[in-house]
Amino acid sequence: MNLGKRFLHNRTAVATALFVLLIALAGVCAPVLAPNDPYATDILNKFADYSLQYPLGTDQLGRCVLSRLIYGIRPTLGLAMVTMFGTIGLGALLGITAGYFRGITEEVIMRLVDVMLSFPSQIMVFAVVALLGVSVQNVIIANVFIKWAWYARMIRTGVMQYRDCNFVRFSRCVGMPERFILFRHLLPSITSDLAVLASLDVGWAIINISTLSFLGLGVQAPTPEWGAMLNEAKEVLTSNPVQMIAPGAAIVTLVCCFNLMGDALRDVLDPKEVEG
Amino acid sequence: MTPVFEAKELKVSVTGRRGERELVKGVSFSVEPGRCLGILGESGSGKSMSMKGAMGLLDRSFRVSGRVSLQGEELLTKSPEELRRMRGGKVGMVLQNPMTCFDPLYRIGNQIGETFAAHQGWSRAEIRSRSLEMLERMKIRNPEEVLEKYPHQLSGGMLQRIMIGIAMAMKPALLIADEPTTALDAITQLEILNEFIRIKEENTAVIFISHDLNAVSLAADEIVVFHQGMIVDRGDFRHILHRAKDPYTRLLAEKRTAVMRSYRRALEGKETIYA
Amino acid sequence: MKRYVVRRLLMAIPLLAAVSFICFMFINLIPSNPAEVALRVQQMPVITEEAVARMEEMLGLNKPFLVRYFDWLAGCLKGDFGISYVNPARTVAGELARCLPATLQLAAASFAIVAVLSVPIGFLCAVYKDGWFDRIMRGVIFISTAMPAYWVGLLLMWGMGVKLRILPTNGSGTWRHLILPAFTVSLSYISTYIRLIRNNMLENMKQDYVLYANVRGLPQRAILVRHILKNSMHTCIVAMGMSIPQLIAGTIVVENVFSWPGLGTLCISSIFNRDYPVIQTYVLLIGVLFVVFNLLFDILQTVSDPRLRREE
Repeated sequence: MNLGKRFLHNRTAVATALFVLLIALAGVCAPVLAPNDPYATDILNKFADYSLQYPLGTDQLGRCVLSRLIYGIRPTLGLAMVTMFGTIGLGALLGITAGYFRGITEEVIMRLVDVMLSFPSQIMVFAVVALLGVSVQNVIIANVFIKWAWYARMIRTGVMQYRDCNFVRFSRCVGMPERFILFRHLLPSITSDLAVLASLDVGWAIINISTLSFLGLGVQAPTPEWGAMLNEAKEVLTSNPVQMIAPGAAIVTLVCCFNLMGDALRDVLDPKEVEG
Repeated sequence: MTPVFEAKELKVSVTGRRGERELVKGVSFSVEPGRCLGILGESGSGKSMSMKGAMGLLDRSFRVSGRVSLQGEELLTKSPEELRRMRGGKVGMVLQNPMTCFDPLYRIGNQIGETFAAHQGWSRAEIRSRSLEMLERMKIRNPEEVLEKYPHQLSGGMLQRIMIGIAMAMKPALLIADEPTTALDAITQLEILNEFIRIKEENTAVIFISHDLNAVSLAADEIVVFHQGMIVDRGDFRHILHRAKDPYTRLLAEKRTAVMRSYRRALEGKETIYA
Repeated sequence: MKRYVVRRLLMAIPLLAAVSFICFMFINLIPSNPAEVALRVQQMPVITEEAVARMEEMLGLNKPFLVRYFDWLAGCLKGDFGISYVNPARTVAGELARCLPATLQLAAASFAIVAVLSVPIGFLCAVYKDGWFDRIMRGVIFISTAMPAYWVGLLLMWGMGVKLRILPTNGSGTWRHLILPAFTVSLSYISTYIRLIRNNMLENMKQDYVLYANVRGLPQRAILVRHILKNSMHTCIVAMGMSIPQLIAGTIVVENVFSWPGLGTLCISSIFNRDYPVIQTYVLLIGVLFVVFNLLFDILQTVSDPRLRREE
């Protein structure tokens, strides 16, 4: 059975992928779906209960919580995706360079990886944000910076394994250019491992970015990001505790979904695991 | 003579994600006191699975059915606790990889002692003296030192002898040896095989499981051949070697004969060179 | 054995040097001149060239890079980490010393909760694999890994503090203040360790020595506790020990949720105030703790495992 078919046969994989697509779509179509303007304040209507006009009520400034939630998909999911692409891109670049060209290049890159991995990642995020200043862009840089080493190491191991596979050796014998071998053979072979790791890490990125926003180090206040919304909800914890339920639940659902998808993808891509 | 151990229509099946699969498809065999039954078969033929099933060593995903009796007592209806008392007591068992069978974190003496303590109400001093006695009987040098060693500090052959010693210490009616010689070098193999012949003489019944026709032929009085969960042939060694009906058994026998023939030819060739 | 320990200790030295160098680099990578930042942070109305020069002199910024590094390193070894930009009257060492006990208290309490809860739960999950307890715990673990720590903190604050009014929601002082933050910190670690112990025990159950223990007719309880649990704990204790610095670093978010006056709160406020020396020293502290704990538990593992222990 080929990969596509196996994917379609795995119900969890299909369901979670559809759910993520749906959420992403909702984020893209936010202006159509959101019942209200996420920035429109209505002080008279603050802490409103569930109603037709405000399905999830309003926050401390009378803004529609549901609309903010829908608009919040954009920064939350979007930033996590950008982070993951950045991480994989940087990791793949350095990992492939190290694994394919060996020698001194590899030595330098891998020592760098060792140093990166020996630092606690949480602290590094804060250090980088502190260094570069508080902004959304720096949050992404910080997250890419602490995570790339994992990918570089994994991809290098993958490249080393496939380097000595017969089909790669064959290609080299036949005299195909190195670059061709790299893109035609090596990348597809390590993509599956990469997909599993990446989908598990998107959840991690979502939590990490929302944490920074919650602390006020990421996405700033008026922008409807789920972590930032929780930061605002914290201020009114005693007067309107319901306000923190929706964004938190949204984060948990999305992260759970990505984690499930990662596990399902692993089953799809590595049928041996299923037996065990 | 009444058999010590008897299996009738023994079946073992496993429930996995893809439904139930039968691994042992109804086998019957028995062994009398002082005799050795060899179970021959390649890996995955169900030979050791059937013995593990009979002794209650499989987990809940396996289902064992049929009838198994030890000295007239039915085994499959016994509770796990009753089976446990029997294992290491009335039934001794020796496994394949002596190097990995002992817990790496405890000294040998400790592991021998806990086995004795599980079956007898012996005092600390008695356990120690019995342990030393057992090691001496298994011809292990410096038994006092060996008791203080960790498993990784001893050789495979030595650990295998200790395993046999532990199994025999409780004077079992039946000794089951599951590939006891596979992980050992040729000389140690022969020593261990001689040990089994001696055990047979002490009137203990032995079931010897192996994929190695040579090893089986040295120890066994009767041989059953397993193939894909079924017994395909039975008889003594000469029967298996020369008059086997089953194609798989003949294949095994022919391979063995071929090896022996080339071995002899090599020997003869050597002789001619030296002559 | 002794040689191994000595070699391991020697190997830690270049690592510590690398950690300290990175931390030093950090403050030198700031896009703007640190002296200027320091002046601005102190709300100097007009920043003149002379003021900057004076500040540079005071912070020792006018010396060559490597000289500054060794000066700084020598200072660190003596416990002098420089002065705070925000309040030049205060030393960084003093600031950290003020906040460290609260963080250590929180980390210790969290670690205690992690150890006390994860071992028995992981054990039961492995023993009754696929039973109702295991299923429920797996669900709980799955959800809890998806919960951001700060949200858990908020929920607990609301439930225990606002709604039930049984525990204080912020500040510190009594053991009752400690419960909510400690539990929040420990939650994500508990699930990690339950999973670790459970999977490790299941892995051990497949080993030959367990089959042989069954063959010898040892009682089930002895096999589970004496053999399987002991073998698993061996790996888990090392993993737990190595994660202590992570636990200390992990308090940073939770401290801010509960306004716990520890290093995390100090660190975040320093980030907002651009108090670079404080952040630098905090990162250095955690980095050094990381190296030291790794070293400590690596050696401990070697000493306690008979297979790795060399013959005397």
